[in-house]
Amino acid sequence: MKKSKQFWLFIIAAVLVYAVVQFFIANGTMNQFYSNTFIFIAINIILAVSLHLVIGITGQFSIGHAGFLAVGAYISAIVTMKLDLPFIVAIIVGGMVAALAGLIVGIPSLRLKGDYLAIATLGFAEIIRIVFLNIDYVGGAAGMQVSHLTTWTYAFVCLVITIIVIVNFTNSRHGIAAISVRENEIASDAMGINTTYYKVAAFAIGSFFAGVAGALYSHNFYIIQPSQFGFLKSFDILIFVVLGGLGSLSGAVLSAILLTVVSTYLQGYPETRMIIYSLVLILVMLYRPKGLMGTMEITDYFKLWRTPKGGDQHGK
Amino acid sequence: MENKPLLEVKNAGIQFGGLKAVQNLNIKLNQGELVGLIGPNGAGKTTSFNLLTGVYVPTEGDILFNGERINGLQPFKVTRKGISRTFQNIRLFNELTVLDNVKVAYHSLATHTMLSSILRLPSHFKGEREMEEKALEFLRIFKLEKYKDELAKNLPYGQQRRLEIARALAAGPQLLLLDEPAAGMNPQETHDLMNLIGFVREKFDLTILLIEHDMNLVMGVCERIYVLDHGQLLAEGSPEEIRNHPKVIEAYLGEEVHDDNA
Ligand SMILES: Nc1ncnc2c1ncn2[C@@H]1O[C@H](COP(=O)(O)OP(=O)(O)OP(=O)(O)O)[C@@H](O)[C@H]1O
Ligand SMILES: [Mg+2]
Repeated sequence: MKKSKQFWLFIIAAVLVYAVVQFFIANGTMNQFYSNTFIFIAINIILAVSLHLVIGITGQFSIGHAGFLAVGAYISAIVTMKLDLPFIVAIIVGGMVAALAGLIVGIPSLRLKGDYLAIATLGFAEIIRIVFLNIDYVGGAAGMQVSHLTTWTYAFVCLVITIIVIVNFTNSRHGIAAISVRENEIASDAMGINTTYYKVAAFAIGSFFAGVAGALYSHNFYIIQPSQFGFLKSFDILIFVVLGGLGSLSGAVLSAILLTVVSTYLQGYPETRMIIYSLVLILVMLYRPKGLMGTMEITDYFKLWRTPKGGDQHGK
Repeated sequence: MENKPLLEVKNAGIQFGGLKAVQNLNIKLNQGELVGLIGPNGAGKTTSFNLLTGVYVPTEGDILFNGERINGLQPFKVTRKGISRTFQNIRLFNELTVLDNVKVAYHSLATHTMLSSILRLPSHFKGEREMEEKALEFLRIFKLEKYKDELAKNLPYGQQRRLEIARALAAGPQLLLLDEPAAGMNPQETHDLMNLIGFVREKFDLTILLIEHDMNLVMGVCERIYVLDHGQLLAEGSPEEIRNHPKVIEAYLGEEVHDDNA
């Protein structure tokens, strides 16, 4: 009952946000710069939330998310530019091929733990980038021309679907199985959870949505190049998740919004941008070492406001 | 009643590098027995549990459960065959609620698919409701339902131990392995725990293998006892036989038995 009420509140809020932004875009109040920023925010939230599933929920420290972003970006661009298929097909195919890449990368590397997994995923992401760099069909280092097809509507619908899928996964027996892997893999195994299956599943779902984000990303530019998908891009996504608070979906959303806005406004001043960006990170680490939201969700705060006892649930 | 043992360990052993942590382990458990496994520190008791549950693959010997070879199976598969355990150093899912801890164990008995959960199909809601009811039932038996929304890490120590047992039971085992379940509990808590173990054994028709340091306790509740020392079985028998077994007295029990009698 309460959960379904939450769901409808989310849908209503989403429709409102969509309608307001779309209204301002349509009547011209919002110029291209602003509408692009909103699309960017949506793409970055998709990336943050999809990585949150892998790191925050399942506890697998994968830091090569840009690799799957690249797969989605390139595959979708091939679908629209070379095969002349509709954008919606490109988004789905981009996601599916990225998920496949996620399976191929995940099955061997998810046997590793901690630092080793991090290094392996980072390595795989670089391999993916270098593969695209060396394929002439997609333009090599010069890059590939892509039509500007991403609209606020496409971006927002993909964002809403991403959040619904990941929230629904998390709030089910499959989600708590994944969290149990994060919390104590040995105990999880001993309780009958196929830990490898859930690690790989979370990784594949995360990669799928990274691929979707990639499709939106490439069609929001006029050209894509392998250099856009380097390890710095992976770190950008990682920072959304860590800054938001590991395990908190709303935290990932919040920090993706915050950091996208900050870096967009500082785009004109690349040097200052890096300084301010780092300062934001340092400040958060100092004052909120567990990330903006810790492990809490926005909905937990609502509960806190309503009943003073609600806070017990998540300890201090 | 059949005579086939539920669990049969045949000459099982494991070697870590040069160290033979356990060797020539022979254990037979019949349906419904409550059996103790004792031995001094480092004797290989926990390692034996790890062999039984698939954490370690025996480097020699065989483990038969319901007549089926289970050595080499991954731990989650062993659990699904019907062996479940608790840990000497508590391993709860700290950031999950008490209720969710139990749900995790019930997970493999539920059937609704990942797709049904993502799409929120009716089978998802039905499955989740069933899981919740089952999990609550286990919490009720262990008098933990008032903590159900509490994070596991915030439970008092004794309750954490109880939660581990509740969780192990929720996995639906035939054989329950308890690794020092009363460690760190006060005498009252220990007493309550032992009554509870007796109760769930009847209720769920369980066979239990119990590692315990507290001699009074083992002698009091177990029908049969295996004694391990330096990775090898030293003796096997009724509490009475173990109490008077010369090798056991020599290796391990000596003083404690006197303490008991004093
Ligand atoms: N993974 C491992 N690698 C190397 N040695 C191990 C490993 N696991 C256990 N051992 C060794 O095997 C021996 C038996 O350890 P085990 O934990 O089974 O003892 P125990 O009987 O449970 O003792 P305690 O009463 O202290 O719990 C010890 O010497 C231990 O150091
Ligand atoms: Mg031990």
